[in-house]
Amino acid sequence: MAKVVAVTGNEAVANALRQVNPDVCAVYPITPQTEMMQRFSSFVSDGQVKTELILVESEHSAMSSCVGASAAGGRVITATSSQGLALMWEILFIASGTRLPIVMPVVNRALSAPLNIHGDHSDAMGARDTGWIQLWSENGQEAYDNTIQAFRIAEHMDIRLPAMICMDGFIISHSIERLEYLDDQDVQAFVGKFKQLNPLLDIEHPVSYGPLILPDYYMEYRRAQAEVATKVAQVVLDVADDFAQLSGRKYGLFETYRLDDAEIGLVILNSAAGTSKDVVDEFRDRGIKAGLFKPRLYRPFPYEETGEALKHLKALCVLDRADCFGGSFGPVFVDIATSLYPYRERPILINKIYGLGGRDYLPGHAELVLNELVDVAQTGTVRNYKEYIGVRE
Amino acid sequence: MAKALTLKELSKREINISSGHRLCSGCGAPIVVKMVLLASDYPVVAANATGCLEVSTCISDYTSWKIPWIHNAFENAAATLSGVETMYRSLKKQGKISQDIKFIAFGGDGGTYDIGLQSLSGAMERGHDMLYICYDNGAYMNTGIQRSSATPFGADTTTRPAGSVVPGKTEKRKNLTKIMAAHNIPYVAQASPSHWSDLMKKVRKALEISGPKFMNIMAPCNRGWRTRTDDAIMLSRLAVETCFWPLYEIENGVTKITFKPKEKKPVVDFLKPQGRFKHLFKPENEGLLAKIQTDIDWEWEKLQKEEACFTS
Repeated sequence: MAKVVAVTGNEAVANALRQVNPDVCAVYPITPQTEMMQRFSSFVSDGQVKTELILVESEHSAMSSCVGASAAGGRVITATSSQGLALMWEILFIASGTRLPIVMPVVNRALSAPLNIHGDHSDAMGARDTGWIQLWSENGQEAYDNTIQAFRIAEHMDIRLPAMICMDGFIISHSIERLEYLDDQDVQAFVGKFKQLNPLLDIEHPVSYGPLILPDYYMEYRRAQAEVATKVAQVVLDVADDFAQLSGRKYGLFETYRLDDAEIGLVILNSAAGTSKDVVDEFRDRGIKAGLFKPRLYRPFPYEETGEALKHLKALCVLDRADCFGGSFGPVFVDIATSLYPYRERPILINKIYGLGGRDYLPGHAELVLNELVDVAQTGTVRNYKEYIGVRE
Repeated sequence: MAKALTLKELSKREINISSGHRLCSGCGAPIVVKMVLLASDYPVVAANATGCLEVSTCISDYTSWKIPWIHNAFENAAATLSGVETMYRSLKKQGKISQDIKFIAFGGDGGTYDIGLQSLSGAMERGHDMLYICYDNGAYMNTGIQRSSATPFGADTTTRPAGSVVPGKTEKRKNLTKIMAAHNIPYVAQASPSHWSDLMKKVRKALEISGPKFMNIMAPCNRGWRTRTDDAIMLSRLAVETCFWPLYEIENGVTKITFKPKEKKPVVDFLKPQGRFKHLFKPENEGLLAKIQTDIDWEWEKLQKEEACFTS
């Protein structure tokens, strides 16, 4: 029987990790993730999990230890935010290139400088092309559900890739919400036993991990990694089907909200999608055909399915909680534009950068953007393709 | 306490790093690795920092390692092995593994004294049951003989070349062995392949001790030291006999010198055969040579006094 609770996002994910009961966890404190691993450490201290903790001296060592532990042959977790993820960056590629199914909740936070501990997506966006699977979560329930599903996806024998579960720092990690926990035994049965693949600890069958590969074969290895990325989406959908049977909660590659007949729409990740949905409802009440698209599997990016879902709109605004400095547009915008490029008929796209460093995203912002889209759809002209909103100019 | 193996017994043991690797002829590193692995009575899982040893022993699809081996990156061999060792403890506690396995990390001086020091310090402080071995050849040899914090005073390297104004490295070596001893771990030792029996005895002792252990082992590099290819053992012996590289161990905080030269040779005996110190023998650098000797004398005296603290 599912249990209804009122918990923070950090607490919910910590509980998911307790229910999965991994073999090893290597972790280093960083705001706003810290609370999650404090809670998990209490589970260790109280004997509620079998997990061996490695309380490392940096996030670089956290990810390095995860690589060693995962290659050794067991289920491995860590968690981080912001600077911590940035410090792990080098080893993120090694974890994915070595095809190690490490699971890591990332509590999204801004990057320095200036120093800021609050929520934006700069950290995980900086790691979006590291070969990791990324599942993004609107609220505590999704973060909890995505965490449980991440193990099945990452450890799938056709995939074997590390996965990060993203949720907004403070807005979700520290806010108490109502959500439903699954039973421990149901979670255990859902994730199943960890399946070893060439474990380093198999003394009878010694393997060498981490070889040097020269130009004669390096590219074939990279090609194989690109190939495996194409298989992830189907596994995500299959796992979501199983999860729906267990929980009653349906997940896909993305969520579409009142989008089928929409003429204008917002593309937005994580917690701000919740705020935006209310405003979409208000516009619908006024007879305006507004909708919303919320990516869930952001890496590997399901660009074909995304393009299919969005191509019929007249005008679309991609809201990015991170920017690509010196690049053209925000990271999500670039992916959405890429997914729509093959279509002759496609929506007019605009890009807004919002909410950096924890700046509030309010219903009024969504309203302004939707009003602008009404205008763009009617006139076919765009005032500004890219703009910061909620900022002093 | 583990006993030294006899040569006869050693000759019967399998060598777990195979020949055919791409290390330079005359390299000290594989000699050290061979001795370390031969000394173990247990199955070993090894981790390797990026460096000469790593890039030359596992070029896909070939590997010289007959034991499980993992390379992650340059600065994190200790953290990587922390993870492997922790997974071992986890699976052993769960009854999924029954064998006794030992864990050994290998890193060069660049990967250990410099970029990997934080990772090593963390792993030692956390008490992982592992032996970390630094093969010290005194510079970043893999990338082409750049200065490291293990490079001896006065040595010519490609990033601190001896020129008309700069006489090579102008700073002293870091004493990593002492830094590791300051972690209050149960066993720290310094060894040299010239004294193979001493080296293997230390490895065997280390592997019998539970918890974190560190060994610093001299590994001559004929490319970087600019010496003949067949001089590795001769040079490592001279390093010991001049007290440039004293052989000692610190077990549970107690220092013991394991080899005392009958007659301490002058350090120039060690420096002279090496091209990296050639400029020091110019008349204008006489003072530098004298300084090197003074520093070595002082370090040797200090080490003897540290030992005497526990014997008197």
